[in-house]
Amino acid sequence: MPAASASPLAIYIEHLKRGELGYQFSPSLNRAVFYPRVIAPETGADDLEWRVSKGLGTVHATTVVHPQQGTPFNVCLVDVDEGFRLMSRVEDVAPTAVKIGMRVKFRVHTPAGDEDPYPVFTPTEGA
Amino acid sequence: MSTVTRGSVAIVGAAESDLGAVAALMSPLDLMAQGIYRALEDAGLTLKDVDGLFCATSQARTSVMSLVEYLGLPNAYTDSTIVGGSSFEIHVAHAHAALEAGLCSVAVVAYGSTQRTIGRRASSAREYNPYETPYRPFLPAAAYAMAANRHMHEFGTTREQMAQVAVAAREWALLNPAAWEKKPLTVADVLNARPISDPFTVRDICLVTDGGGAIILTKADRARSMKQKPVYVLGCGQSITHASITSMPDLTHTGAIESGAQAYRAAGLKPADINVVALYDAFTINTILFLEDLGFCPKGEGGRFVEGGRIGPSGALAVNTNGGGLSYCHPGMYGLFLLIEAVRQLRGECGKRQVAEANAALVHGNGGVLSAQATVILGNSATA
Repeated sequence: MPAASASPLAIYIEHLKRGELGYQFSPSLNRAVFYPRVIAPETGADDLEWRVSKGLGTVHATTVVHPQQGTPFNVCLVDVDEGFRLMSRVEDVAPTAVKIGMRVKFRVHTPAGDEDPYPVFTPTEGA
Repeated sequence: MSTVTRGSVAIVGAAESDLGAVAALMSPLDLMAQGIYRALEDAGLTLKDVDGLFCATSQARTSVMSLVEYLGLPNAYTDSTIVGGSSFEIHVAHAHAALEAGLCSVAVVAYGSTQRTIGRRASSAREYNPYETPYRPFLPAAAYAMAANRHMHEFGTTREQMAQVAVAAREWALLNPAAWEKKPLTVADVLNARPISDPFTVRDICLVTDGGGAIILTKADRARSMKQKPVYVLGCGQSITHASITSMPDLTHTGAIESGAQAYRAAGLKPADINVVALYDAFTINTILFLEDLGFCPKGEGGRFVEGGRIGPSGALAVNTNGGGLSYCHPGMYGLFLLIEAVRQLRGECGKRQVAEANAALVHGNGGVLSAQATVILGNSATA
């Protein structure tokens, strides 16, 4: 295995900076891999290919976190159509309105300051 | 795949350190040492007999190195596997193998935490995960909350059923003088408590206390002539399915299915043979998930199973007789306390909360966010 020119996380962030949800696919596993890695789990192969998701998914599980200070907010797991799951939140609706099975669409959230962008989702209906 | 011998080692000493809110400036190592002193006294042994040390704590990065120094045992056989709250069930499995292989002759498993005194955040700093931390998931609660959300969705489990788990734990705790919680609790109290991460309120979530303890293990032939009735290690199992909740293969099926199967197989027992059950109840959903995954009821039936006080002091199945992490104590990583209570039940020392004919105990540890599952089946002379 040659020296890495960029880390899996750095490549993931570069995709987000281009407005893309990047993920890896392993031919040896014949499925998507997320979070991004250097080698494929189980097979151990260095065959991970970067792909770009269409950005559509379904809420798999959801909660409303009630912080001691500040307003309640959503945290959820989204199953993206290409076959991987990530943690995220659904925006543009009340956190209590986020439900299992809700169809959602990816967008990039770019925090203020020098924090890296990350993926969030919005409901597809009414979009 | 167990190659160790059923019942070849026994727990011969068990004790808690100070619990609850301990004296100012006590360290996690001080609490381990207190637990070790008391457990050795319980066993009729001294520190000079100890040649194996197994420990874990989130407050000492190289905990077994610190413990070796504290106790002055430079040649001890050591292991500080740390996978969260189930570390100690795994230590029992490792001690079983080490004792049988002759790598040590008297093994101590120890734990200590001052998380109540110094604050939960300070006691176990969470690693930054670039794929999760930006969403501010209040961990571990939000992870377990999403598992509960799935369980409610897939099986119709209700908030009231989850609250029943907390109520049963409290009823047991009221019979345990060492328990932190001293007042009765109702289902309405649980539902109306401060929300933390839906569906959980603060009463669905384990306590934040200080505490520690130790257990002592040795070979069974030696144990039989010692001070206490031996509690034999009949079978162990473990399964680590993920580290972060995003990677959990199935939010309603835990690694306890596998760890339990391994332990039952090694012990030659089945769920119906077990009369003392100690399940890591960090959250109310845990008890429901583990009752299912360890075969006490079918998958999806856990919510209905715990209704009507079935797992409380007057119920059909004795679960978490010390009051559990929900009402007895929960100093960060609770797995050792499950073992201590099972030992006491199998010896028949539990007074008002003693389970009749307690001969076989299933102890199930949970670590991380339903990540590291480890099961230990223990028995007294009637079962061994």
